[in-house]
Amino acid sequence: MTLRTLFDKVWSAHEVVAETRDTPAVLYVDLHLVHEVTTPQAFSMLRRHGLPVRRPDRTLATMDHSTPTQSAQVFGSVPIKVDAAARQVRQMEENAAEFGIELFDMYDARRGIVHIIGPELGCTQPGMTIVCGDSHTSTHGAFGALAFGIGTTEVGHVFATQALLQRKPKSLAINVEGQLRPGVTAKDLILAIIGQIGVSGGTGYVVEYRGSTVRALSMHERMTVCNMSIEAGARAGMIAPDEVTYEYLRGKPRAPRGQDWEAAEARWRSFVTDPEARFDASIDVDAERIEPMITYGTNPGMVLPISAVVPHKKGDEVFDKAMRYMGFHSGEAMLGKAVNVVFIGSCTNGRLEDLQAAARILKGRKVAPGVHLLIVPGSQQIKRQAETSGLADIFKEAGADWRESGCSMCLGMNGDTVAAGLYSVSTSNRNFEGRQGKGARTLLASPLTAAASAIKGSVADPRELL
Amino acid sequence: MQPLKRLTSRTVVIASTDIDTDQIIPARFLTTTSKEGLGKQLFADWRYQEDGSPKREFVLNRPEARGAQILVAGRNFGCGSSREHAPWALLDYGFRAVISTEIADIFRGNALKNGFLPIVVDEQTSQWLLHQPGTELDIDLEAMRLTLATGASISIALEPFARHCLLNGLDEFAYLRSKLEDIESFEAAHG
Repeated sequence: MTLRTLFDKVWSAHEVVAETRDTPAVLYVDLHLVHEVTTPQAFSMLRRHGLPVRRPDRTLATMDHSTPTQSAQVFGSVPIKVDAAARQVRQMEENAAEFGIELFDMYDARRGIVHIIGPELGCTQPGMTIVCGDSHTSTHGAFGALAFGIGTTEVGHVFATQALLQRKPKSLAINVEGQLRPGVTAKDLILAIIGQIGVSGGTGYVVEYRGSTVRALSMHERMTVCNMSIEAGARAGMIAPDEVTYEYLRGKPRAPRGQDWEAAEARWRSFVTDPEARFDASIDVDAERIEPMITYGTNPGMVLPISAVVPHKKGDEVFDKAMRYMGFHSGEAMLGKAVNVVFIGSCTNGRLEDLQAAARILKGRKVAPGVHLLIVPGSQQIKRQAETSGLADIFKEAGADWRESGCSMCLGMNGDTVAAGLYSVSTSNRNFEGRQGKGARTLLASPLTAAASAIKGSVADPRELL
Repeated sequence: MQPLKRLTSRTVVIASTDIDTDQIIPARFLTTTSKEGLGKQLFADWRYQEDGSPKREFVLNRPEARGAQILVAGRNFGCGSSREHAPWALLDYGFRAVISTEIADIFRGNALKNGFLPIVVDEQTSQWLLHQPGTELDIDLEAMRLTLATGASISIALEPFARHCLLNGLDEFAYLRSKLEDIESFEAAHG
């Protein structure tokens, strides 16, 4: 029998029609996650063809990208500030009603960022294929699912057929060994990996994260790692399911129960890479050497250990352009750089454990004068958990701005933006020019580093405050 | 879709590497619910001043860019977000192809589904093109060749099925729908 990787197994289990030289594979989709931004044109396509959504039971919609985070706008006492966003929200509601799709609307206690609620509800399960019109769909790979972002045309294809035309990507093993040091998080690990392989190092590949470090990660940490696979260019990132995965899923509202659970778990256990199976490429990462990481440029690959200085790259025009945008110079230390805004949230770091990490630093301390600390939970459920467990009080006492859930300042579609020229330490996933607002300067970091920077008013090493 | 067999045009060069889809079209324009009219927002933050007037130094605002259908860009074009608004904006502006040494996976897929050509070339060809802005190029999808103004010609590659669809003006959706019986059998077998 041929030895197969986790990715090979999930792929072949969903191949409706195998690929040939002339034609791509037809790949079955188990779960289609939907949000308001990348679907309106796909619903229009269905209308044009007079087609229904073929499997509404495999389709789940939420609203996250353009939704407000101010309670009064969410719950309707004041209108949504951004008109176009309000229209998009309305259209999502109309489309879901017309096509019979389950939608977590603005008032729904289960609403949240699409990549947070899938796992939270137990919809995301090992061995599944999961797609969504969003590149951070790679998050769900933390469960041993094959999960990737698609464009709006493909969203229409899945609506109409529950399948996609796909060429099989190559496989890349990223082997991580050693223990992460205190104060070093899964966010630092994935930033270090992207720094090592570059923002296109994963192009054409599906990554499997392996090794003792990965096995020791909790589910929320695995999600943080898989989430940013796309920032290395990889279509998807996967981690084989194990006891940690099953423990997380057991009892989740939409996870299998009773005898169904037994059968499901037995099947899930087969979704691991066979010993000695070959990958198309592989790289090794030493976890022990990783420090808290922070980005200094305009893509996630421009990243440094927090104690480092901005590098010298003579004659590199792209580097020079990034430094002009960021207002940084070669040789400058990152520690101590003044910060205006700190954002804790997003599909990368908006889970309860991320908020708990931030609270470890914020408890009993005050945000530095002049710094806006915005904390946005990844879902309404996380918001409630943070409020009942006292985390929200810690945040408010520290002087943070505590909001309703959503993508918020990760991409600023809903009006939560960073003003031009200001510096933002953010737990999100992209530091592209203008990502958090036109002219905004983003430094990506972990929730610990973000919280420490909010307290100090400048880029700070969280290990000093732990 | 209209068949696309051949594209002959001058180039416009944006030499930056890692041009992400947030640059191609910033997120604040994604609240649209249609595909139309996104061309005016293409590269918005590189193209316009704060007051909305054009930045004169940006290449798309220069007269020589007018009418050019081929964009030559640095390595790793189209990385980042999966937004299909990126190829929609490029097409609406008037571009039909991008040439780079590396093109991000999701962007490439989205581009092909809209009849926009993602052409990957070797480093040497890319360097030549990056240093010859405005040069006339011929992209021949039947012969699968890219011919430079010098007469030099190199072979290019495209995913065979996407090429077949482009040459014949076919929509991938129709092909996928022709597999519905297979999809139903798959569902019957897998519960």
